[in-house]
Amino acid sequence: MILKVGQSLASTTDSTALIVVRAPTGDVALTCGGADMVVGKAGLGDGSGIDDAHRGGTLLGKRYVDDEAGLEVLCTKAGDGSLAVAGRPLEVKQAKPLPSSD
Amino acid sequence: MNLTMLLDMAIDGFSDRVVIGRREGGITAARLGEMSAAGAAAIRESGADSVVYLAVNGPAFPVAMFAAARAGVPLVPVNYRLGAEQLESLLANHPRAIGIADEAQVPILERAGLTVLTPAQWLARASEPVAAVPDAEETEAPAVVIYTSGTTSAPKGVLLRHDNLTSYVFGSVEFASAEPTDAALISVPPYHIAAVANAITSLYSGRRTLVLERFTPAQWLQLAREEDISNALVVPTMLARIVDADGDKALPSLRSLAYGGAPMPTSVIEKALRMWPEVGFVNAYGLTETSSTVAVLGPEDHRAALASSEPAVRARLGSVGRVVPGVDLEIRDANDAAVGPGVTGTICVRGEQVSAEYAGIGRAVDDRGFFNTRDQGFVDEDGYLYIGGRMDDTIIRGAENIAPAEIEDVILRHPAVLDTAVVGVPDEEWGQRIEAAVVVRPGMVLDPEELRAHVRNVLRGSKTPERIVYWDELPRTETGKLVRRHVLDRIVADDVAV
Repeated sequence: MILKVGQSLASTTDSTALIVVRAPTGDVALTCGGADMVVGKAGLGDGSGIDDAHRGGTLLGKRYVDDEAGLEVLCTKAGDGSLAVAGRPLEVKQAKPLPSSD
Repeated sequence: MNLTMLLDMAIDGFSDRVVIGRREGGITAARLGEMSAAGAAAIRESGADSVVYLAVNGPAFPVAMFAAARAGVPLVPVNYRLGAEQLESLLANHPRAIGIADEAQVPILERAGLTVLTPAQWLARASEPVAAVPDAEETEAPAVVIYTSGTTSAPKGVLLRHDNLTSYVFGSVEFASAEPTDAALISVPPYHIAAVANAITSLYSGRRTLVLERFTPAQWLQLAREEDISNALVVPTMLARIVDADGDKALPSLRSLAYGGAPMPTSVIEKALRMWPEVGFVNAYGLTETSSTVAVLGPEDHRAALASSEPAVRARLGSVGRVVPGVDLEIRDANDAAVGPGVTGTICVRGEQVSAEYAGIGRAVDDRGFFNTRDQGFVDEDGYLYIGGRMDDTIIRGAENIAPAEIEDVILRHPAVLDTAVVGVPDEEWGQRIEAAVVVRPGMVLDPEELRAHVRNVLRGSKTPERIVYWDELPRTETGKLVRRHVLDRIVADDVAV
């Protein structure tokens, strides 16, 4: 799937939803709970279809990254599945917060 | 992506937290969701294509913003201090709007053909029960339209898209990062980009906001203490008045004080830093067109600058800091070529948060997506940005380009000077000649010749004002921005009178 910045993606295995913050230039396979994610604003699964190898869970408001692919997403709805790209688990981005300016 | 998504995340993340108003009786995230839905229903029923907000800041403002977002129409916060003529020409751009206006402004909106509610009526309408909270409308309409202050030309409507504002939030704020006890005191008016950005970023970070509708230093200090304010946002003129105020200035719970919107005199920020050594000061630079902040000078930068004896580090108190993630910044020369560190030119920026889009005009960006801010400045070797004034303010005396900010900085260093503005007055011989309006500190006396000598010692003869006039105050907008064309008009009028 070709991702673009600002796009909303939904899980097919649980309630996870994301938006793309940084997109790779090429085609990538982004999965949640072990299954490909689709364009959408709300997760479509009830958790029963999660592959046991992808059951770490997603947390609301966290950013997940894969530096190799150049991918960053923001979790807008949490779920029980975990995220991976080309089989590699995405990592939680350690925030270096800016001072609040407004 | 719609702004409503940020509100939905807040409801998911901390639904019971009070996010607007006083600790007791304020609006929780869940309540804001319901109010935005009821408000959106009211907007849809009225058939309005926009929401004009012509009132002081208060809870009605964020409710209006998220209701408009949910209804898929733009919020148009308008300056309630505009004259009737300016207001009428601006309202003519929004004939199908619904209005939210303070009592005194209701007639002018009604004359323009709008349905009008007062903030109290609006909040009552938004408190009506709703069956369900519907999804936001998918929309091509902008989220917010803000009119430029028109300090240099006629006001233009800047279109801020949902994508601009959400990019800004995702780029600079961590979700739910505020402590449950945090509270921000906001004293900027709702038609200022900082107020718009604050309403969104505070909610996203989970920080309660409290508004001071009409600023006085005493009330600001009192409210900050009463409500245990942890974060505050002021414009430089407000900070100057707070540090000069009489009475108790202890603010034990204050952790962060952000300022911006106009240049901060070094004397004021130094005094503030010494007054509240525990507080983290944040200077932000941004424009309406850039969805607020594009550069930030943080607390550690402030402390390091104050403590340093090294001139380059010390000077950073006059810097707006470094560019934020997600924004590219270039300084360009007169031929539009990028220049290196230390060279002054025009500040150009690009990024998802940069709208640079005007109603009826379109996007003002170049082939590479850069927006020319028309602000002048330079970046030092360590990446700190310094603002040197507006390109449009440049005085051309003979063939020499002179930035008024350079001369103003020197005049402000004189201990008897409280405020100043330097302008170029039409001159037959030079094209323009330099004149200065100066506000002298109360109780002090200053000979204009002494002040001219002070400037000449630092700069040179060609940059020394030929005439200095003393005024009681300078024409500034409510947010502290100098209205140079009014300075020029009055100086020229004075010239004729003399």
